[in-house]
This record gives sequence, structure tokens and C-alpha cells, in this order.
Amino acid sequence: MSALVLSWSILAAQVMLGLAMCCATYRLMIGPRAQDRILALDTLYVNAMLMLLTFGVRVGDTLYFEAALAIGLLGFVATVALAKFLMRGEVIE
Amino acid sequence: MSGTGDLPVWAALLTGFFLLLGAAVTLIGSIGLLRLGNFYSRVHAPTLGTTLGMASILIGSALCFSVLEARPVVHEILIAVFVIVTTPVTLMLLVRAALYRDRIEGSSDVPPSDPIEDQIPPGTG
Repeated sequence: MSALVLSWSILAAQVMLGLAMCCATYRLMIGPRAQDRILALDTLYVNAMLMLLTFGVRVGDTLYFEAALAIGLLGFVATVALAKFLMRGEVIE
Repeated sequence: MSGTGDLPVWAALLTGFFLLLGAAVTLIGSIGLLRLGNFYSRVHAPTLGTTLGMASILIGSALCFSVLEARPVVHEILIAVFVIVTTPVTLMLLVRAALYRDRIEGSSDVPPSDPIEDQIPPGTG
């Protein structure tokens, strides 16, 4: 009973996070400007991180946690570099 | 792989509730990113996912693993602290870049730059 409830709620959570990633991807494609695309990429990173954590709960394995941490770190670096590029035209001056 | 089948009922219900809450809040934030009108209002929407959504899913995950392994598993706090520290920094950098670009283009829907704030004091340039 409890396993059934948990597996269905994990499935529903994964579907919702997948829809959220689709929304972010659509915004990434339609723009309209560069800052909108960077914001959408940042949202996509966060949604993917949450999706990996949900996978980890489904499998019952803490391995996915490290992947989620790596995605969080890389997302921060990517967004900062892109915002710096928009501001100055160069990443490292 | 132990699986989550041997969780007690209360832990399974709480974990499912927190995961659903976090996913729903994240979905609402992403729909806001899709539907809101201009860039400066769109910046606000995804922060739902990076605050309440992230916190709920991390609480659900920490609860699940703590009960499964019968010891406190709190390494999720690493992600929470990191995301809470970095999200304001990235979004402020991004919005300042967007504001700079809009002002360069002379866009009419952003306020003009503050002359006192942007003036370079004599002698330091």
C-alpha cells in the first residue's frame, strides 16, 4: 500500500517536473532575447537537478545525489559566465 | 539497490507529499516563465522552483533516505545551501546585464540610469 502510494506520487512528480522542463525548453527556443534564453537555461538546470533527486528517491540510491550536486555547480558557473558575456562581450577580461 | 518498498506508511506518505508539493511549485514557476509578459517579470517566476520547490524535494529525499538507512542523512543540505547562496547572485548579474543592454538600446520601458550612481568620481578613473 505504502509502496504503491509512493511510486505513484513519484511518477506524478516526475511528470510535473518533465512538463516544467518542457516549459523552460520552449522559452529557451522562442527567446525572444538573449537574456530570456539564459534565464530559461538556468531554470532548465534547476529543474533537471530536482528531476535527478526524484530519480534518486525512486531507486533508493544516493548516487543520484552527487549528479544533482554537479548539475547545481555547473549551472551556477554557466549562468554567471553567460551573464558576464552579455554585460561585457567577453567572459574573462 | 534497496528500493523504497520497505518504507513505513507514514514515511511513504510524507515523502510523496513533499515530492508532489515541490514538483507542483516548480511546474507553476516554469509556467510563469512561459506566460509572463516581459523579461523583468519573467525573472521572478523560476525562483519559486529554486526556493520552495527545491526545499520540498530535498526534505522529501532526506526523509526517505533517513528512514531507509535508519540514521540521519543530511547531505541534501549541501545542495540547499549552495542553491540558496548562488541563485540571487546569478539572477542579479543577469538582470544587471539585461538592464545595461536595454539602456544601451534606449528602450523606453526601463528607467534611465541614475547619473549620481554611474558617475565616475574624479581622480579614480
